[in-house]
Amino acid sequence: MTLEAHDLARIRGGRTLFSSIDLRVGAGEALWLSGANGSGKSSLLRILCGLSRPAAGTVAWNGADIRRAREDFHADLFYCGHAPGLKDDLPAWRNIDVSQRLSGHAGGIDQAARALALFGLEHALHLPCGILSQGQRKRVALARLALTPRPRLLILDEPFSALDKDSVAALHALLEQHLDAGGSVVYTTHQDLELAAHRLHRLDLSEASCSLP
Amino acid sequence: MLAALRCIVERDLLLAWRRRADVLTTLFFFVIVISLFPLGVGPDPALLRTMAPGILWVAALLASMLALGRLFAPDHADGTLEQMALSTEPLTVIVAGKVLAHWLVSGMPLVLLSPVLALQYDLPLPSVLVLFISLLLGTPVLSLIGAIGAALTLGVRGGGVLVGVLVLPLYVPVLIFGAGAVGAEAAGVGVAAHLLLLGGALAASIALAPWATAAALRIALE
Repeated sequence: MTLEAHDLARIRGGRTLFSSIDLRVGAGEALWLSGANGSGKSSLLRILCGLSRPAAGTVAWNGADIRRAREDFHADLFYCGHAPGLKDDLPAWRNIDVSQRLSGHAGGIDQAARALALFGLEHALHLPCGILSQGQRKRVALARLALTPRPRLLILDEPFSALDKDSVAALHALLEQHLDAGGSVVYTTHQDLELAAHRLHRLDLSEASCSLP
Repeated sequence: MLAALRCIVERDLLLAWRRRADVLTTLFFFVIVISLFPLGVGPDPALLRTMAPGILWVAALLASMLALGRLFAPDHADGTLEQMALSTEPLTVIVAGKVLAHWLVSGMPLVLLSPVLALQYDLPLPSVLVLFISLLLGTPVLSLIGAIGAALTLGVRGGGVLVGVLVLPLYVPVLIFGAGAVGAEAAGVGVAAHLLLLGGALAASIALAPWATAAALRIALE
């Protein structure tokens, strides 16, 4: 279970955001992408999960190009971007249920309730996401991480932002547990919060080009 | 795969129910446009019967186009489209589910209303029946072709106008065969050819449009 990227580059509006990026994230490993605003962290995450195409370079999951082995890669992937991916008009449980069913697993209100409880949102089970606060919406989005089976690779864009102290702790514990179980995490955060992974890599995109061993 | 299709249809129907006003706006537009013409051109039954197929079909076409903005744009804005693109199910199947739900809430009501609205044009019963069948075959084609346009213009400034420019020319064959079928019935000519061509267009659209739409969505997400 390895995510590898070689010679990645991203150009936006004629400006090179980053170039010559090599990285490798194996089982039980985490990669923390850091850098100033606009350095291309979110763009790199979108490339790593296959939503965006790089100007140069390749991304492979278990040795297979993620664009060619899309189905296998998506079965192992969980991505949470800037937008929470929730429908305001649907109750929290229904949003989670749809995600689970689109991942090819059986959904249901019970499983969604357990996931929401992990982030202290039992009371929001039947509430439309539109009436929840920004932080609560983020917690609903992240509650999908607590569903089983959990994908092997988690790609998270600012997962700790807008969360309260308890939710940060819950998410931190969940990510540690995921890494202990042999999963992988790629994430960005501006918070001074490091995962005590077996191997934690840090990639600073403020530099023009970077590489990891 | 069928489970994903069902999931998306259920979800979009539920969202449409929660946003009933959006759906009713399209229906109201359809009713108003069709009802305005008899008031404008006068009560001559022969003239109304001649104009009816074209007016009813053009109104259906414009109403169908009005609803295209709701097909992908809300999902794009709130990030659910990204989640769909990254799901284990093929995006083509998800698109098919979304288009089916879109037709159920914005196309099928037009089909069901059309016989009632046709009464304003003094259409004989056999012509009303042909109109109903032609809309039943044609409106899904409008949704399927429209989905390609909606996906191509996703996130583009002025996309609402652009989608019209893109899809209206593609709607022309459907309009010709749909309105032509009703005209042929009124003229006493066989309608089978028109309806078969509409059926062929529907079959081709079902086969090709979800695939093309999925490809356009992937480009839009980049």
